[in-house]
Amino acid sequence: MNPNNYLYLSALLFTIGAIGVVVRRNAIVVFMCVELMLNAANLAFVTFSRINGTLDGQVTAFFTMVVAACEVVVGLAIIVAIYRSRRSASVDDASLLKR
Amino acid sequence: MVIQTPEAVMFWILAPLAVISALGMLLVKKAVHSALLLAWVMITLAIFYIAQEALFLGIVQIVVYTGAVMMLFLFILMLVGVDSSDSLTETIKGLRPIAITAAIGFGGLMVALIGRATIGRQPVGLQAANAEGNVQGLAKLLFSDYVWPFEVVSALLITAALGAMVLAHHERTIARPTQRESAIARFRTGSLASAAGLPGPGVFARHNAVDVPALLPDGSPAPTSISATLKARGDMLESSPFQLDVVDTTVVEEK
Repeated sequence: MNPNNYLYLSALLFTIGAIGVVVRRNAIVVFMCVELMLNAANLAFVTFSRINGTLDGQVTAFFTMVVAACEVVVGLAIIVAIYRSRRSASVDDASLLKR
Repeated sequence: MVIQTPEAVMFWILAPLAVISALGMLLVKKAVHSALLLAWVMITLAIFYIAQEALFLGIVQIVVYTGAVMMLFLFILMLVGVDSSDSLTETIKGLRPIAITAAIGFGGLMVALIGRATIGRQPVGLQAANAEGNVQGLAKLLFSDYVWPFEVVSALLITAALGAMVLAHHERTIARPTQRESAIARFRTGSLASAAGLPGPGVFARHNAVDVPALLPDGSPAPTSISATLKARGDMLESSPFQLDVVDTTVVEEK
C-alpha cells in the first residue's frame, strides 16, 4: 500500500464535507460538515508529515485542531444566539439582510 | 518506508467505513445521527493518525474532537432541539444537482492531482523524526520553530472564549420582579383561591398519586390540583371511586 491512499481518503472526506455544507440546511449539521473538512485536511497534513519524514505537518495539524476548537466555540455560540432570536437553526431562515 | 500488511488491512477496513459514515452524515435526517456518524469518522481518523506514527495527534483527536467538540455539538443539538431545518427537502431549486456535480468535479480533480503528482522520491517515514518519541519531537518543534504561532494560537483561544461569552450573554429586556412584587401580583391579579398555592393532587389516605385530582369538600374533583402536562396527555385518573362514601370502609379482622 502507498501512503497516497490516505491522501485519496482525505480528498474524499473533504469533498463529502463540502457537499454537506452546501446541501444541508440545519446550521449545526453544516457546521459538522465544516469540521469534517478540517479533519480531512488534518489527515492530509499527517500523511505528508510521514511522507516527508518531518514533524512539521503534525505541528500544523495540531494548530488546525486548536483553531477548529476556537471555531466550534464561537460558531456554536452564534448558532445559539441566532436560535434565540429567530427560533430556528435553519440556514435558510437567517436571510434578514435580503429584505 | 514500507507500509506493513496490518496497516494496509486496517486502512482498507476503516477507510470505506469512514467514507460510508461521512456520506451517511449527509443523508440521515436527524442531526443527532449526523453527530454520531461524525464522531465515528473522527475516531477512524484518530486510528489513522496513530497508525501513521502521530501518536500524540491521535490521542488529541480523540480527547479534543470526539470528546470535547462532539460533546459541545450534541449539547447544542439538545439545546436547540429538532425543527424544520432537519428535513432534507431542497429549498433552493436545482441546488443539489449543481452541488453534487461541482463536488464530483472537485473530488475528481483532487484525486487526479494526487494520482499524477510525485514528490520525486520515496516516502521517508517518521522513524528518524520520532526517534526520541513523538511527543518529545513535537515539543521540540513547537517550542523552537513554532513558538510564535503557538503564542498567537493561545491568544486566539482566549479571544474565542471571550467571544463565546459575549455572544452567549444577553441582557434581560424587563427587570426581574422582586419577591415583594411577585407576592403583590399574586394577590392583586387573578383569583384569591390560588393565592396561597394550588391544591396538591391525590385523595387523602386512599390514593395519593400525582395523577389523581384532589377532592374538594363538596366531593367534586379539583382540576387545578393536576399538572397541566398530565392533563394534556390524558394521564389522569378519575378520583370519584376514591370518595369516602363510595369506598368500602368496613373494618375487616386481619387473620
